Amino acid sequence: MKLDKYLDRSLWVFHLNTGSCNGCDIEIVALLTPRYDVERFGIKLVGSPKHADVLLVTGPVNRKMLPRLKLVYEQTPDPKAVIVVGTCGSSGGVFYDSYNIVGPVDKHIPVDVYVPGCPIRPEAIINGVLKAWLKLERLRGFSGVEIEKKIEEVNA
Amino acid sequence: MSISTYKIPIGPIHPSLAEPMTFNFEISGEKIQSVDLAPGDNHRGIEFMGRNRNIVQIIYLAERICGICSASHPFAFCRAVENAAGIEVPPRAEYIRVIIAELERIHSHILWAGIAAEELGFNSVLYLSWKVREEVLDLLEILTGNRINYGMYMIGGVRRDISEEHMPRIMKTLQYYKDAYQTLEDVFLKDPSIALRTKNVGIMTYEDALHLTSVGPTARASGVKKDVRQDQPYSAYADMDIKAITPDIYSGEVNGDVYDRIIVRILEVFQSVQIIEYCLDNLPEGEILSEPKIVKLLGTLKKAKGEGVGRHEAPRGEVIHYIKLNESENPEVWKARAPTYNNLMSWLPMLQRQEIADIPIVIASIDPCIGCMDRVTLVDSNTSKKQVLTREELMKLSIAKTRRILK
Repeated sequence: MKLDKYLDRSLWVFHLNTGSCNGCDIEIVALLTPRYDVERFGIKLVGSPKHADVLLVTGPVNRKMLPRLKLVYEQTPDPKAVIVVGTCGSSGGVFYDSYNIVGPVDKHIPVDVYVPGCPIRPEAIINGVLKAWLKLERLRGFSGVEIEKKIEEVNA
Repeated sequence: MSISTYKIPIGPIHPSLAEPMTFNFEISGEKIQSVDLAPGDNHRGIEFMGRNRNIVQIIYLAERICGICSASHPFAFCRAVENAAGIEVPPRAEYIRVIIAELERIHSHILWAGIAAEELGFNSVLYLSWKVREEVLDLLEILTGNRINYGMYMIGGVRRDISEEHMPRIMKTLQYYKDAYQTLEDVFLKDPSIALRTKNVGIMTYEDALHLTSVGPTARASGVKKDVRQDQPYSAYADMDIKAITPDIYSGEVNGDVYDRIIVRILEVFQSVQIIEYCLDNLPEGEILSEPKIVKLLGTLKKAKGEGVGRHEAPRGEVIHYIKLNESENPEVWKARAPTYNNLMSWLPMLQRQEIADIPIVIASIDPCIGCMDRVTLVDSNTSKKQVLTREELMKLSIAKTRRILK
């Protein structure tokens, strides 16, 4: 699989916790460690949204974190993709009826990829980042046909 | 000093420190004079939601209080409900509960060890410890079906049995951790640079630990022999003779510093291995649930009236769940108290008169479940000038100090 031929611009990811239970967050770190090791694809966690291409959002969005979620979204430079990791960020999950939860995430910022699961498996996050990469390729001017051709080449 | 000094949660790089939490430090030069905490960014209203759900639904909510302690909270919650409703748990279920809880302790302590190494700037040690940790996650996945949030606990027992087929796999994991002890000891306890960065850093005295009611490894590292498994044995722990681990077992002295907290956690991993071995050798035969039909179980709980308390020694310390049932579908009161709540105040004596570069490791040393030093305000007490440090800058300071010492 020659993925790196097309990932000429490797994706940098910023992780934002909006009140998550830590389950998804430890799986995101597990991604970086030897078992999954996404850094071999150039995917890297960065410490500032200003360096990121992809925003990984976990958690059901509580009141105190909402303004910061919006701020971090605005600070991420375009073109960007937003991935919601975990069921609670996608739909509210077990936290759906709390007074302090104002989520899900897509109520407040546009979301491109949903990775459901409570918690998600690390493989699912890799797949989510790949979907986000397709979106960014599209924004860079590649048409759907070209991208499909690329994927076929990658899979071959 | 106002809370409005922080606006963006920057730098949640590491999960156990990923949750937002504000610290206000008053510093003079490089030394910290006083510390103030402002938690609350991760409030989800879980106890409120629990009051609108039935008991079995709450188990899964309790599991999601924290993804790292996802066996401890349901364990304590189930014990509270069983206490309130007078439900007996079959002996086999008690043993399986303990096995899962101890497997969780192994994964949590090794996770913490990795984070501590990362805070000091040893990224290779982070990778090493997380590689060691994957083995127990694999085993948990085989036993429970999930890497995190196991869904194993149920009122009156457990939901899945441990069969003969699982035994060789469990034995393999236990052997793996026995072999890993030497590696972990060499890397964490015998390494001179880790010792330089952690010895005499973030000291909490025996008296402070008692006054601030610290729990778990944080208290034990200060010499307080406090462990629910030892003080009030419950479940299958009552059949064993568990002793609280204090650092003098290894080094012969108690200093209450960060190094001692590392010793306690590394030794506890191997205490857990021994507990699991005992449980497997003495696993009783029989049922795993006192009432397998959930509808019937809910019917019983609907008629129950009374209060119950469940205590469990989670990886971070004692977790307590309190429940009041009042002949209705939903509990009247549900209160959960996690160990980090007790340990938060331990930061205050630990951080006093420390250097700014030591903040990351001291904060990490209590293994906070909530809390992140995502944004730190520094107030120079001579000039009253406020300076906001991000987590990244702090990490840089911390790593630079390690490099300086190594030179």
